[in-house]
Amino acid sequence: MAAIPKPEELANISFRPPGRKWMDTKPEFKEGTHCHAAAPKWLEWLDYPFPRSWSTYDEDWKLPKNWKEIFLVGFNDRLNKYRSLRLFMDICVRCGACADKCQFFLGTGDPKNMPVLRAELMRSLYRRYHTTAGKILGRLAGARELTEDVVKELYYYLYQCSECRRCSAFCPYGIDMADITILGRELLSSIGLGIEWAMASVGSCFKIGSHIGSPPHAFKDMLEFFADECEVVTGIRPRVPVNEKGHEILFIMPSGDYFADPGTFNCMGYLLLFEYLDLDYTISTFAAEGGNFGYFISHEMGKRLNAKFYAEAKRLGVKWILGGECGHMWRVINQYMDTWNGPADFLEEPVSPITGTKFENAKSTKMVHICEFTADLIKHGKLNLDPSRNAHIVLTFHDSCNPARAMGLLEEPRYIIKNVLPPGHFYEMPENTIREKNFCCGSGSGFNADEYLPIRLRGGFPRASAVRYVHEKYGVNHVGMICAIDRAVFPPLMDYWVPGVDITGIHELVGNALVFPGERERVVDLRKRPLKGKEKEAEKFLEEVM
Amino acid sequence: MPIVEFKGHKWEVDEDGFLSGGLDVWDRDWVEYVKHIEGIPELTDEHWKCIHFLQDYYRTHGIAPMVRIFSKVTGFKLKKIYELFPSGPGKGACKMAGLPKPTGCV
Repeated sequence: MAAIPKPEELANISFRPPGRKWMDTKPEFKEGTHCHAAAPKWLEWLDYPFPRSWSTYDEDWKLPKNWKEIFLVGFNDRLNKYRSLRLFMDICVRCGACADKCQFFLGTGDPKNMPVLRAELMRSLYRRYHTTAGKILGRLAGARELTEDVVKELYYYLYQCSECRRCSAFCPYGIDMADITILGRELLSSIGLGIEWAMASVGSCFKIGSHIGSPPHAFKDMLEFFADECEVVTGIRPRVPVNEKGHEILFIMPSGDYFADPGTFNCMGYLLLFEYLDLDYTISTFAAEGGNFGYFISHEMGKRLNAKFYAEAKRLGVKWILGGECGHMWRVINQYMDTWNGPADFLEEPVSPITGTKFENAKSTKMVHICEFTADLIKHGKLNLDPSRNAHIVLTFHDSCNPARAMGLLEEPRYIIKNVLPPGHFYEMPENTIREKNFCCGSGSGFNADEYLPIRLRGGFPRASAVRYVHEKYGVNHVGMICAIDRAVFPPLMDYWVPGVDITGIHELVGNALVFPGERERVVDLRKRPLKGKEKEAEKFLEEVM
Repeated sequence: MPIVEFKGHKWEVDEDGFLSGGLDVWDRDWVEYVKHIEGIPELTDEHWKCIHFLQDYYRTHGIAPMVRIFSKVTGFKLKKIYELFPSGPGKGACKMAGLPKPTGCV
C-alpha cells in the first residue's frame, strides 16, 4: 500500500495548475491515486462483459478489440435514453460556481477535480461525436478524440468523484455531476473496466446476499451475537426475527451495520428499539443489504440489486419496508426505484403501527427511513428516554450526502439527537458545511478501499476540518451520522486529521437512552463504556461480565 | 494476478496481497511468509489461537468473523490483536489465516 504522508504534508495542497493544457495532461497511475482493477471472478459472477486479469499499472489494459465502438454506441444510446444527460452535456456555461465546492478539488488541488472540468472530460467527447462544431473544428471547439488515454483518464477521475452532488447544490443550472459520473462509469464497465472494491461488493451482494458476502447463517449468527450483547448491557434480550413470513414490516439495513464497527452498535440500537415497541417485523437474509454498490457501476446493476428488496417484501408478505441508517440506498429508493422496479403496488402505504402516522412521502416507494419512524415516535411521546445515559457524548452531526441531498432528511435525525442527548451536548458544524451543503466523507460511491486511502484522506479533509473546528471550540468528542460508508470511513479519517473524535450512528444513541420496563440498572453504554457518574459501578459490572 | 515467492514457494495473491486460493492452498509456509512481511518476531500460541479460530469460523460461516466476535471468542481485546498482528485483524490476522478480505461498507 502507498505510504501515507503526515497530515501537515498532506494539508500542504498546491492549487497551481500544471503548465500544460488540460487535454495534454495525463494522470499518473501511481500507488494511492486510484483503485485496483476488478478481478475477473466478480465479472463472471455477474455475467459482466470482458472478465480478464489486468492491472492499472500496465500500459496495456487489455481492452476488447472493438472497445471504441462499444463505448461510442453506448454513449449515443444513453444520450437518447436520458434527456438529463444530453441537457447536462449542453447546458454548462462554465460559470465556475462548482469549482471550489468539490472536496476532492479542495483536497487535491487537481483542476480535473473541479466538477466543471471533470464533466468536461465527457463533454469533450460529446462535442466531438455529437455536435457539428466539434466534428468540424475539433479541439478549437473543445472536442477531442476518444483514445485509450482518454479512457484511462476517465477511470482515474470518475473514481475521484464520490457522486455526493454537493456541486449540484451550487450549480445555477442544477447539473447533476453524479449522473454524469454514473453514466461515465457505466460506459467504462461496458468495456470491462471496473474497480475491485465496488465489483467485489456487487458480486458478493448479487450471489451471496450482501456486500460483505455473508451467507444467511452468518448474518443470523451476527444478529444473535448482538441480541446477547444487548442482554448483557440492558438485561433485555431482543428478538431476532429472520425470514419469517406474515409480519407487517420488512426491515433492511446496510451490511456495515451488522459487520463493521461502530455500525454494529447501531444495529444493537435497532434491535432494542424494535423490541421496546414489540414491532411486528422481520429481517431478510436475501435482502440482507441496504446499500447498492451496483448503482455505483451502472443503472442496470443498481436495478438488479434493488429488485431484491421488493422480491423479498413480496415473498415474506409484509405490508411495507422500513430502512436503516444507510446512505445511497435512499437516493436509489427516492429517485430510481419506482422507475426501475416499481410500482410496488402489492405493498401498502406505510402507516406507523404505534402512532398511526401515515408516511405520505413513502406513498409510492412503500419504504420509510428509520429516522422518520423514530422521530415520529418521539414526537408522539411513545419512547421513554433517559438522555443522561449519553452524557459522556458531545456530538456534532454529519449530514450523509444522499439522505440530505437526495431526500431532504435534515430535521429528523437532529430531532432524535436533541431528544436522546442532554441539553448542551449537540453542536452544529459551520453553516456552509452541513445540511444540503454538507461535505462528503471523501470515500463514498464504492471506493472506500485501503489502497485508495491517500485520496480518501484528501477528499475527507474539508469535512474533517469542520469537525476539528467544533472539536476545538466546543469539545465535541463524537460525530453522529446515518450512513454505513460514513461509519466505516470516518474512524481512519478522524484518527488522521482530528484524533480523539469517535463515530456513532443515531440509533446507537437511541439504544443507550431507551428505558425498558424491567431492565437492569444501566452502568455502561452499548459499547460497555462507563456512564457518567457510574464509573465505580461500571468497573464492578465489567469485572463480572468480561 | 500477482505472484509472491518466499523461500522457494510461490502463491497467487490479489492486489492487496491476500491469498487467492484461500484455505485450499494455505499452509505453514504461507504463515511464515506473512509473519515475515508483517515483521512479527515470533509466532506464539496466541497467534495460532487466532489463526485457528478464524479458519474454523470461516469454514462454518463462509465469511471472516466480525471483529467483536473475534475478540470475544479469543478473549483478546482489539489492542492486543494489533499487538499480535500489526496490520490488524483484517490485513494482518485474516491474511495470515488465508481468508479473503470482506468488502462493502467496512
